[in-house]
Amino acid sequence: MGRPLIHRSPMPGLGLSLGITLTMLSLVVLLPIGALLLKGANYGLAGIWETVNRERVWAALFLSFRLSLLAALFNLVFGVVLAWVLVRYRFPGRRILDAVVDLPFALPTAVAGIALTALYAPNGLFGQLAAGIGWKIAYTQWGIFIALVFVGLPFVTRTVQPVVEEIEREVEEASATLGASRLHTIRHVILPMLTPAALTGFALALARAVGEYGSVIFIAGNIPLVTEIAPLLIVIQLEEFNYDAAAAIGIAMLLISFAMLLVINLIQVWSRRRIGYV
Amino acid sequence: MSDATIAKPARFRPATEESPATRWALIAVSFAGLAILVLAPLIAVFVEALADGIAASLKSLTSPDARGAIRLTLTIAAISVPLNAIFGIAAAWFITKFDFRGKAFLITLIDLPFSVSPVVAGLCIVLMFGANSAIGGWLVAQGYPIVFAMPGIILATMFVTFPFVARELIPVMIEQGRAEEEAALTLGASGWRTFRTVTLPNIRWALLYGVLLCNARAMGEFGAVAVVSGKIRGQTATMPITIEMLYQEYLSVAAFSLAGVLALLALVTLLLKTALEIRHADQLAATHRH
Repeated sequence: MGRPLIHRSPMPGLGLSLGITLTMLSLVVLLPIGALLLKGANYGLAGIWETVNRERVWAALFLSFRLSLLAALFNLVFGVVLAWVLVRYRFPGRRILDAVVDLPFALPTAVAGIALTALYAPNGLFGQLAAGIGWKIAYTQWGIFIALVFVGLPFVTRTVQPVVEEIEREVEEASATLGASRLHTIRHVILPMLTPAALTGFALALARAVGEYGSVIFIAGNIPLVTEIAPLLIVIQLEEFNYDAAAAIGIAMLLISFAMLLVINLIQVWSRRRIGYV
Repeated sequence: MSDATIAKPARFRPATEESPATRWALIAVSFAGLAILVLAPLIAVFVEALADGIAASLKSLTSPDARGAIRLTLTIAAISVPLNAIFGIAAAWFITKFDFRGKAFLITLIDLPFSVSPVVAGLCIVLMFGANSAIGGWLVAQGYPIVFAMPGIILATMFVTFPFVARELIPVMIEQGRAEEEAALTLGASGWRTFRTVTLPNIRWALLYGVLLCNARAMGEFGAVAVVSGKIRGQTATMPITIEMLYQEYLSVAAFSLAGVLALLALVTLLLKTALEIRHADQLAATHRH
């Protein structure tokens, strides 16, 4: 197109900032990811398929993505409710509630992992209550679900909150004036406005949950085929110095996550277009 | 409007509000949900840490393993956080002060670590710098192992915290534009002086915010570090790794005491973050969208 790669600018520091940015980005992120892809390329598609196409690997991948999806769905609903409550209602303790939402971001995953296990283990506070009705949480898929809900909790709330703040009351008033019930207004006016942001939060929570390791492994019990998550399988392969297999599972995880994020992005584009919101 | 005082129904409700019953139900659900899902685990950390009394807890924290882990974690944060802050400033400067092709692509690349599992991040570093790789093998032969040593832990920590500072600075610097810097340059200030006296004061709170989040994650990172650390006691066992080892050995009080230290760090981080959001909302990206 004849457009210069970098426009001339009177601003100083082009060489320095460009140099630092590209050097560090390459060294810390791009080269290591490249090493993974190269390993996969050397191993070949057939090799990757052979590694992934085993009962134990499929079970782990299916478990990771299924439970992550369920946890992200839970967080989608709870996150939107929480965002609405925090922005629209005034009640004592609102600021504390708002700050507490970020705790899962700040609390290290290993700490969350052992704390959740202590709570939900058969002799823990919640574990005992659940055992009373014959419900086992820790060391089952329920435990993994709870850990994934914990780590993904803040995403939807934090993406939806600013959008709720921007909604103009006039729109809701117009809807009410035209005879819509409150429920009707929420379903057909407010929720469509929140959808793109909620989906962004959902995608972030999902990506986080799929890759999560620290908070899950303590509460999961890690029984092959039942409660063994995909990231743990990578760690196990690495501990056996089985680098090819670890790389194959890693690449499979990357591909599935990117495919899922792509689908969510497409839904987002579609929902934005539908309500004419940019 | 003067007759607004007359005949106002006792329970008048604007059409743009939910009924009080719905409202209180939603508030109750929010409180209960956060109490069970988030607050309960936090409290559990301290309850378990103090199960044998505060003396036992403190004693476990002064053991050589715990002290070594704390020292290692502080060292790693002290190296990786400033490096990521330098990267964040450089990247934000390059992205916001210059026009070039592929800007959106570069931002996507910087955000990439957020969508990669920490375990996969660690795996990437093992494949790149491990003893089996070309670079890693050569470095080991020279006496500088990366993986199962401190440099690998630093790289893994930097990978997972890579976007934090840049992500916070870019929106703030886009909003502030280039006019102030251009004025300073026209008046004859050098590039460095412009950065120090014009740009830096404008972005300092956003920078602090980014560094705060980066530090919290750096000190608490588990998955990526677990893969590259080799878990050698007193050498490559960071605080989260030591917590895992103690927990696996059924040393519950010791594990939860160390976890309590990290939980306190998380609380301090949240407190400072909230204070920044209240005091400097206008200079932060996170709170600036409304």
